[in-house]
Amino acid sequence: MSSHNTATIQKEYTVFPFGPQHPVLPEPIQLRFTLDEEKIVDVVPQLGYVHRGIERAAELNDYKRNIYLCERVCGICNYIHGMTYCRVIEDLTDTEVPERAKYLRIIWQEMGRLQSHLLWLGLFADAIGFESLFMQIWRDREIILTLNEKTNGHRIHLSTNAIGGARKDIDASLAKEYRKDLELVREKIKVLEPVFYKDKSFRQLTEGKGILPKNQANFMGAVGPTIRGSGIPQDMRTLDPTCKALDFKPVVYESCDSYARTLVRFDEVFQSIELINKALDQMPDGPILNKNEKFPEGTTIVRTEQPRGELIYYVEGNGTNKLSRVKIRTPTGANIPSLVSMLIGHELPDIPVIVHSIDPCISCTERYVQVKKEAS
Amino acid sequence: MPEMLKEILKNLVSKPATVNYPFVKPEPLPATRGALSWDMDRCDQCQDCERVCPSMAIKVLPEEKRVEYQPFKCLFCFLCIDNCMQQAISNSTTLTAPGYEKRVEVFEIKKQ
Ligand code: SF4
Ligand code: SF4
Repeated sequence: MSSHNTATIQKEYTVFPFGPQHPVLPEPIQLRFTLDEEKIVDVVPQLGYVHRGIERAAELNDYKRNIYLCERVCGICNYIHGMTYCRVIEDLTDTEVPERAKYLRIIWQEMGRLQSHLLWLGLFADAIGFESLFMQIWRDREIILTLNEKTNGHRIHLSTNAIGGARKDIDASLAKEYRKDLELVREKIKVLEPVFYKDKSFRQLTEGKGILPKNQANFMGAVGPTIRGSGIPQDMRTLDPTCKALDFKPVVYESCDSYARTLVRFDEVFQSIELINKALDQMPDGPILNKNEKFPEGTTIVRTEQPRGELIYYVEGNGTNKLSRVKIRTPTGANIPSLVSMLIGHELPDIPVIVHSIDPCISCTERYVQVKKEAS
Repeated sequence: MPEMLKEILKNLVSKPATVNYPFVKPEPLPATRGALSWDMDRCDQCQDCERVCPSMAIKVLPEEKRVEYQPFKCLFCFLCIDNCMQQAISNSTTLTAPGYEKRVEVFEIKKQ
């Protein structure tokens, strides 16, 4: 008599480590995949390879020095980090920011978004093996970097943040250069529109990969282009009255996959150029810096929109010129749970596309987290 | 792909977009932030620059009448330049050279 007992047959799983050093993802994160043949059944993300202790360093520095420390949390979205820190301190010290400085902030924040999105679009093209697209986008990105250098002397780090406004102004001749160069970027990126919207192989590689349904995106607390690619119009710029005055509306795509997230970023490139142009047109004349040297007690929190999503700064003032707590939550930290849920059920060759689709920036997300177990 | 073919063919005949660096030096832009230097005839050793420097790259030693500056720590934020009342600090557009050692540059007040 033959006995068939399927329950006794053990399934063999393969455990496959992806990272922390991997050619498609130069970011120090390890994703440990459990694979059934080629299918992903489980993912465990492991962080902690590059803890830098920025939050602790921010408690040892004084208010002003922290601007430059916070700008160095992330190399790509450095301006927005510095700006968010300045805004949280302005809230803490009740500093009124001059109207012109608010517009300058919009301009530079969008410049940061532009160069970040172009960087990502290139990297994404590289991850799917589209080398010529990668080269072309990065060549066009140089225009933005040169514009940054014309503004304040650095290609990436603008260093124009100041508590209470801005350190640098955009005069008429520089504004003219902004308009001219951004138009050039727009034309050059416009040429790539058919590649992103129509190209068959591009769509085949991204469509239906890394599905994050709307309710799941909400439940997992996704932020930025990741949640906007799942049909939810969540964008912190809608909370900013200056952005509202420029008719800002978030870019949303409904298809919930890597393709949707790519298109959100691609469309945001044009949206950012439009926002900068509008801000340059509507910027009022006037002072750009309002100094206020107060060191109050209290706590404040500010949320802004980074290229990768929502950025939160929380500070605690203690009446001295040092802060007793600076808490930074970067968007990638919020997107990791969504990434894990996106990956499950997909095949091994889709990993690079899906991992890249959240635009991971691990080095700025590394935090020391202490999980306390509640006594039951 | 066919959309990009035009660009790819154009690239075949056009010059490279990059600069052939060690042989051709790119022109620095007027705003480029390069090496700092101290004019010690102007400096009155008030230590304002030391107080504002975010990376603590400057040490002003009034007793020894000199300023020590560490270019490898410097972020080139130019807060020191903006905050020096005597306008003793100036910058050039030449980028600071890399080195094997984290050197310290010393600027001294000439003794009469
Ligand atoms: S701020 Fe100017 S004057 Fe004062 S110590 Fe520095 S260089 Fe000298
Ligand atoms: S440029 Fe900035 S970092 Fe460099 S010495 Fe001056 S204040 Fe310090």
